[in-house]
Formats: sequence, structure tokens, C-alpha cells
Amino acid sequence: MTQAVQNAQSRRDFLAGVGALAGISLLPLAGCARSDKVRVGFMLPYTGTYAQLGVAIENGFRLALAEQGGTLGGREVEYFKVDDESNPAKATDNANKIITRDKVDVVVGTVHSGVAMGMIKVARETGTLALIPNAGVNAATGDLCAPNVFRTSFSNWQPTHPLGKVMIDNGHRKAVFITWKYSAGEQALQSFAEGYKAAGGTVIKELFVPFPNVEFQALLTEIAALKPDAVACFFAGGGAVKFVKDYAAAGLKNNIPLYGSGFLTEGVLDAQGDSAEGVITTLHYADSLDNPRNKAFRAAYREAYGMEADVYAVQGYDTGLLLAQALEKAGGDISNRDAIIAAMEGAVIDSPRGRWTMSKAHNPIQDFYLRRVENGDNKVIGVAWKGLEDPARGCNM
Amino acid sequence: MDPHIFLIQLLNGVQYGLLLFLVASGLTLIFGIMGVINLAHGSFYMLGAYLAWSLTAQLGNFWLALLSGFVLSVVLGMLLEWLFIRHLYRRDHLQQVLLTYGLILIFSELRSIVWGDDVHSVAVPALLAGSIPLTETLAYPVYRIWLSIICVVLAAGMYYLIQHTRLGMMIRAGASNREMTQSLGIDIGLLYRLVFAFGIALAAFAGMLAAPVSSVYPGMGNQVLIICFVVVVIGGIGSVKGAMAAALLIGLVDTFGKVVEFEIGGFRVLPELAGMSVFVMMAIVLLWRPEGLFGARLR
Repeated sequence: MTQAVQNAQSRRDFLAGVGALAGISLLPLAGCARSDKVRVGFMLPYTGTYAQLGVAIENGFRLALAEQGGTLGGREVEYFKVDDESNPAKATDNANKIITRDKVDVVVGTVHSGVAMGMIKVARETGTLALIPNAGVNAATGDLCAPNVFRTSFSNWQPTHPLGKVMIDNGHRKAVFITWKYSAGEQALQSFAEGYKAAGGTVIKELFVPFPNVEFQALLTEIAALKPDAVACFFAGGGAVKFVKDYAAAGLKNNIPLYGSGFLTEGVLDAQGDSAEGVITTLHYADSLDNPRNKAFRAAYREAYGMEADVYAVQGYDTGLLLAQALEKAGGDISNRDAIIAAMEGAVIDSPRGRWTMSKAHNPIQDFYLRRVENGDNKVIGVAWKGLEDPARGCNM
Repeated sequence: MDPHIFLIQLLNGVQYGLLLFLVASGLTLIFGIMGVINLAHGSFYMLGAYLAWSLTAQLGNFWLALLSGFVLSVVLGMLLEWLFIRHLYRRDHLQQVLLTYGLILIFSELRSIVWGDDVHSVAVPALLAGSIPLTETLAYPVYRIWLSIICVVLAAGMYYLIQHTRLGMMIRAGASNREMTQSLGIDIGLLYRLVFAFGIALAAFAGMLAAPVSSVYPGMGNQVLIICFVVVVIGGIGSVKGAMAAALLIGLVDTFGKVVEFEIGGFRVLPELAGMSVFVMMAIVLLWRPEGLFGARLR
């Protein structure tokens, strides 16, 4: 963000504060100030643990728009931002800030699932178009699905589901699943178990670590005692680094192959080092994905921001592509909601991750790649599942 | 559970307990002996881990990083005591909580500015990099065993220092009656500065030692903070011996709580509830002995 934009933003914050102090009579003025620009709001984490994910998503989004000449359906774009801090307690307030105060036409957010739930609630009440560029909570395109809510990333159900089939193909019929005891971990386990059972495997034991505890030694001993054919897991971030390192240090890696959702080895391979070599994961993207679209995207991203793109940048980029495509079809008329929603539902996104389409519940129907860590890189060794669609349980749309 | 595995789990429990003692030892000094509630204890643990990571990268040697990190954190501790903590000894605990909570926020932001928010790891030094095979599928990392030995040495050293040296006597005297100790001609200000700095340095040292087996990440400090307070409270305020006993007890309860399934009065207690086991134990201990296992009778 340039200094000028930042200044404008703090000025706006200031004015909004003054407006609030001066009383309710000033509020309608804010409504009059609407221009014919498309108002896009980012509700993303810009501070805290997920700050880099927020930045990558915004960068990707802006890159997509820059490639369209910086406009959406021929109209100029005005950006608004709110730092959601990945704090679920402030989610509703922050969503209200950007939706009600800034009166954005479309809100792009967010990373943290709990915060996304708060944002969806506000979006459902106000009918504002909401695009989710990361948060995987199943309910967003399940129980809580709504015509104006779309997701461009994945549902928690998706990344672990293809693992089961892959493990059976590799001859592992008895598996242990290990994860944190929290909702994303449980959702990952459930979808893994479904896929694994359907392919003919048996989950002989489910092991849980209290979230966000990272003391694994007792459970690693348990795994050694159970002697499964393979272990599947769901961890991310600091926990993923520690689990993979501990798993290797306990000597288990050479005897019992380790599988996981792709987030196990996303952005943490440097920290995991040799201990991650040979770990097999499934995800809807890999940095090394060998197609011209991905190479062009990565080069453009490097050129624009001076750093390497990751899966979060791709998700932000695709969010930009989706919005651009929909506004193009609606002739740049953001107020024509029906046309825009219809365009998004029918969208075909030519993404760096490969072509994907929107499911009825507004979640990507996309390929999941099979990746193996080789020389510190998530190398794509095949497609684990072509066109995987989330079952969208509880969605009546 | 077959006896072989039982023994290994016992080892896990003891090893985890010793690690907990290491992490909580600084808090035992500052909270247990000086009576200052230092919520920022976890931040120094995190700071230590990040120091180990960046110093190892710069100096190219883990041991050098350990040494220089320790010295740096002693200096930092003395500075902080001089700037902030010394004004708080006579004030109530709530103000100490407020100040040290502020320090958490400051250190977390500083970390973000200086080192960023990435997850890092520190390589185990080559000397201790191997693993000892225990069964045909399981091996035990040498570094963890070495870490346990360090913890025992440290515990013995602390116990000796506090119970059997002149310095320890002065510290204990200062803890029980500040004014009287001062009137005997002991520079209590300097003494407390040293103890606080040493407590901080212990927390950072724990972070540095744990860095190769843990990973280095932003939230790591907050994660150890609660368990550290649990160790000190169960052990009894002011007792190094108590902290050791409590740490071992927690290590064993946590380890077996995670893997053993049993029944109490028809209720199946599942390993999934392991997160609670430590706190249930704390409640039981405090009901039985409100002053903690080795604590002095409540004043």
C-alpha cells in the first residue's frame, strides 16, 4: 500500500470517528459520498501470526486486477482495508466496519476460520458479496452457505480426503491418524476417514494432541507400539515443523511412511529440513506445479513484489480473477447482483493451480495434487484426485 | 500396555517433566522467591529461541550462540529490572500483572519487527544429532537425553545455590523480610536485580535449549506460560524442590493421560481429554495442600 492510500485511509478513519462523535445526523452523508467506483474491502490479518498470509492474499488479488488494467469490468476500483488480527472476538465488529461504515460492494476475507464465521454472519444479514480467499471452515459452504458468499480456496474437508485413496494405492491398509484436538483437525480427520474407508482401509487409531500443545513424544511411542502401515496427519505452522522433526528423530519415518494434508509442508520446508524428505501430501497447489500458467504467474508475482508466490497468493489471485470475470459479464454493473452471482456460479477460473469451477455451494471444484518432499521442495508426482467437490453437507442452495 | 512400551512412556514422561522444570525454573526464582508475577516469562522463552536461531545462523555454532545468548539475556534482565520491575516490589500484584502483560505485547511486536513471523528451526548440534534405537521401529533422540541431563544439573545447581550458599541465604532473607535484610547492610536492590536477571536468563536459556527439539515460532511463549505457572503453584511458591516434583508429576500425568484409556465408576476416560488431566491434577493437589506440595504454610 502506498503512503498516499494509507494517509487517505487514516483520514477516513478520523472522519468516521468525528462523524460518530457528531451524532447520527452525519451518517447519511457517508452514503452520499459513494462514487461510481467499485468498492472492494479487504478484511484480512495484517498483524499477528497470519499477517504474511493476509499480505500474500492482497498481493495476489491486486496482481490479478493489475493484469486486467487495474479495473473491474471497465470501472475503477477503490480499496478499503481492515486488519482483522485473526481475532474471532472482533470479527463481527470488523466486518461491520468494512461493510456498514465503508459500504463496500464486495468484501474479500479472511484467513482464520473463526473470523470468517463472523464475517459470513454479517454478509448474510446485509447481503453484501463476500469472497473467502482462505478460511476452510466447512460450514461456510455447508450449513451457512448463502447466495452472496463464495470461496476461492478449499473446504477443510477437501485436502485430506484424497489421502486415503493414495495410501491404499501404495498398499497401506492400516493407518493411524494424528492431529490437534480442535475443529479443523477433527474436520480433517473425518474427511480422511471417509475417503480411506471407501478405498478399503482401516483407521486403527485416532490420536489427538490438545491444541496448540506440541509435545508429541508420548503419541509417537504409541504409534511405534501400534505399528500401522502408515500415518496420516493434519498439522500446520509451528506444530507442523515440530511434528515432522519429532517423527523423523524418533526413527519412525524410515519404518512408517508419513502422509498429510498439504499444509504440513507448506511454507515450513526450510524449517523442517531433512526430516521432511519423502513426506507425501495432497493439496490444490504446489509451488513447483509445472504448467505455463503457473510459471507466468510466479514470474509476474516475483516481478511485482520481489518475493516468491505461495498457495495463499494463488488463492488471492484467483479471487481477483473471479471478481473480474463476474463484473466483465455483468457489464461493470456492481449493483446488478443477480447477474454477478450468476456469473460467479458459472465461472471457469484459469488459475495457476489449474482450471477450476464453482460448485453449487460456491466452493471450488478443483484437482488435488500428490506431492512428495524432494530436496526441500514439494515436488508434484501426480494428481491425487481430479475435480474434487466438497459434499456441502447442510447446504440447501 | 506391554512393559517395553510402558518403560518408554515412563522415559517420555520423565523427560517431558525435566523439560518443564527447565522452562519453569526462571519463574520459580522470580515468582516463587521474589514474589513478582512475571507474565512475560513466556516472552523471554520465545526470545531465547529466536536468539538461538539468529545467533546460530550468525556465529555458525550452537554452543557459542548459547553462551552469547545467555549473556545478552542477563544484560536485558538487569536493564528491565532497573527500568521497570524495581518500582513494583512494594505495589500489589495487579500492577505487576499489568506491566508484565504490557511487556508480552512489546516483545511480541519487537520479535515481529526484528525477526518476522516465520516459523524457523535450529539444527541439533552435530555432536548430539543421533538417535538411539529402542525397538525396531522407535528410536530416542540423543539431544533429548542430553537435555534431561542438563535439567538435572541445573536443578541441583539451583538447589545448592539457594539452600547452601551465602548468596542463597541473602536471597531467602530478602524474600522473607526485605527491610530487615536491608538494615543488615545487604544491598537488596542489587541482589534483586541479579535474581531477576538470572530468572530472565533462565527462561531465555530454556528457550535456546528447547529450540532444536521444538520449532521457533511466534506463539511459543504464550504456550509455555500457563504450564509454568502450574508447575510453580503445584510445587509450592518458593520451592525449587517443589517445582522439580511438580514438573515430573505433570510430565508423567500428561504423558500417560494421552495414551491410557481407563474407567472410573462406569465413565470411560478417553485420551482425547488429556488436555484436562494436568489441570484436574492441579485442582486435586490444591484441595489437598493449598500451599502446594513443598510450599511454606500460607502466610
